[in-house]
Amino acid sequence: MNPDRRQFLGWGAAAAAGAAAVTTLAPGFRLIELAQARSPQEAASALQRWGLLIDITKCADCDACVTACHEENGVASLGRPETDAQWIRKVNLRDQRTGYAQTLPLMCQHCEHPPCVDVCPTGASFKRDDGIVLVDKHTCIGCRYCVMACPYGARSFVHEAVSGQKADVPRGKGTVESCTLCVHRVDRGESPACVEACNKDGGKAMLFGDLNDASAEIHGRLKSEPSSQIRADLALNTGVRYQGL
Amino acid sequence: MASVQYREIDGRSGAYRALLGALGALVLAGLGAAWSMEHQGHHITGMTNRIVWGTPHVFAVFLIVAASGALNVASVASVFGRELYQPLARLSGLLALTLLAGGLAVLVLDLGRPDRLIVAMTHYNFKSIFAWNIFLYTGFFAVVALYLWTMFERRMNRHTKPAGLVAFLWRLVLTTGTGSIFGFLVAREPYASALLAPLFIVMSFSFGLAVFVLVLMAACKWTGRALGDVVLNRLRNLLGVFVATVLYFVAVHHLTNLYIARQHDVERFFLWEGGIYTALFWLGQVLIGGIVPLALLFGTSSRRALAAAAACVILGGLAQVYVLIIGGQAYPQLMFPEKEVASSFFDGVVAAYAPSLPEVALGVGGVALALALTVVALKVLPFLPKSLADGDVGSAAA
Amino acid sequence: MTRIAAVIIAAVLAVAGAADASDQRARGVALPAVKIEKGEACVAPTGEMRRDHMKLLLHQRDRTLRQGLREPRFSLKNCVDCHASRETGSVLGKDGFCSSCHEYAAVSLDCFECHTPLQQKRAAARP
Repeated sequence: MNPDRRQFLGWGAAAAAGAAAVTTLAPGFRLIELAQARSPQEAASALQRWGLLIDITKCADCDACVTACHEENGVASLGRPETDAQWIRKVNLRDQRTGYAQTLPLMCQHCEHPPCVDVCPTGASFKRDDGIVLVDKHTCIGCRYCVMACPYGARSFVHEAVSGQKADVPRGKGTVESCTLCVHRVDRGESPACVEACNKDGGKAMLFGDLNDASAEIHGRLKSEPSSQIRADLALNTGVRYQGL
Repeated sequence: MASVQYREIDGRSGAYRALLGALGALVLAGLGAAWSMEHQGHHITGMTNRIVWGTPHVFAVFLIVAASGALNVASVASVFGRELYQPLARLSGLLALTLLAGGLAVLVLDLGRPDRLIVAMTHYNFKSIFAWNIFLYTGFFAVVALYLWTMFERRMNRHTKPAGLVAFLWRLVLTTGTGSIFGFLVAREPYASALLAPLFIVMSFSFGLAVFVLVLMAACKWTGRALGDVVLNRLRNLLGVFVATVLYFVAVHHLTNLYIARQHDVERFFLWEGGIYTALFWLGQVLIGGIVPLALLFGTSSRRALAAAAACVILGGLAQVYVLIIGGQAYPQLMFPEKEVASSFFDGVVAAYAPSLPEVALGVGGVALALALTVVALKVLPFLPKSLADGDVGSAAA
Repeated sequence: MTRIAAVIIAAVLAVAGAADASDQRARGVALPAVKIEKGEACVAPTGEMRRDHMKLLLHQRDRTLRQGLREPRFSLKNCVDCHASRETGSVLGKDGFCSSCHEYAAVSLDCFECHTPLQQKRAAARP
């Protein structure tokens, strides 16, 4: 047995153990998605398209997703709301005529045709084969054109030096960043931190999965229930879909 | 037409050294501002996650736009064969180079990671208009340098016309690229218009000529060169036409938006209730940058009025770029029609922005760099004719 | 004349040779503290790591970020986990595995502007 194969089996066992732990922790989590966790030797593939479905009728007046995201990714507030990075935020809506109030989490929508990727001069903004939109901070020069181009205000520029980064989430001054869909967790076969937190402490409004997988719950719900995209007029085919908007 | 005689400026007077020293001090202040922005991060500026492009970009875009416009005088001479402008062509080419250098310096020093400039030169995403602009800007330096060489080198004079044509076409493409940086931003209602590209081209005609007129008048006055009314009156009429054209394009842009229901809120913001941006639009851009210069240019014939008009065009131009870049970002992005929106990210509200000292210092430093390079170049190479008196340039005036 | 010159040159060379001796050099610029804290052997022979660690990291960086290939062998996280100092838990600092050598060689080290220089077990234990 060669070392690579041994390692592969080791990772598989770890993923299975993790799955068992997670299924008890988070009731909204489905084992079928975990079965798709890639091995470290397998590249992200266009056969998958990761996405979120957010039912805002269930979105409670809480910010469990925001707290969990910023904890997971080491995004700390420095008490300067105008320059602090925000990877996810709660947006409160109120109808101008009727006063009907709603609240929803907003983050990078992981578009199929992301404007941030189109405008980036160096190609630092890119879309992974499985649909996750990321910033390559090694080649980001900090021009902020992607922030200008994003229709969702999803991106933040790191305005000051960062310390206390998480090992899986490098962050640094002078580059642009945004929601990574917790790509480091997705690659381990887990769901993003916001989804886990919403299903544990929040309104169980968020569902994560492979939009391409006919057996995935997210696929089934998108097939049988109404949903919408924010700024659907731009025809970006977002990976994050909303219900009840 | 008798061949024009060009001479370097003397550049040994106390006033010359004082001018260069003052410009140098402003350049140093700009570098110091950039250094502290890079070391402490952009939070020391007025820029935020909502206003990511601030005062440095206003100066940079103004300088880059003016750079391509400054080349116009040379284009009129070489491409359109107006010999009256021939003696001015060298200075026109020089200003195109120095203004672009000043603008690019500001743009680069404002980057989050200016140390990675080499990355921008080695990694390209050709779908990005920004990446194209990197080629357009560097190519512009090469094309204009070549063009200047055909003017300076007697044996190359016969190639001036084709070189001038290439430079003229290049600058049209370049300004189209600059305008498209904003025009291609589909997600922001104040931008996202093909009209921005031609608007930027007429802005460049106007701003570039205004800078050219002021530099020419100052250089001639301070070096004791004669500057005849024939030349100045031609430039006066040209500037008037350009200022009026800018006003026309601005009017068309806003009228189109006023017709489209989806854009009504944008127009209400810029034209009526946008606070500082509304004030800058009407008082800065339209009044100081448009109506006052037109009155000065066509109402009087004094040199002082021409200089004042050119200065007004520059101030109004800065106001116009400020309204476009910063006002365009301050206006909230429309994500949820018919809804009042509130969040910790300042969604749904007009973003606050105040220019900070480092930003202004960096922007002014870029202007100073452009002028300092011009002042040095005038001393090193013969860019200016010995005389621009009516008799010396008059033979072709008819 | 030539003899005098030869003597002078010999003297200069002798002094220069003495100045170049390692103890002398160490007094001028601190020698790097290459202390291996953990494990029997590195992921590749020492010579190869000294010469090519930056190439290996660069290659792995693009595989991980662009393709999602998270092989641990050449990952920066893996490097830090073995090479972090037992006292500080970091590869940076005065005797840090990365920083001391980079300082000695006067090569700038940009990794830890963004990546954490801390060993993970240590970082997790911290409040």
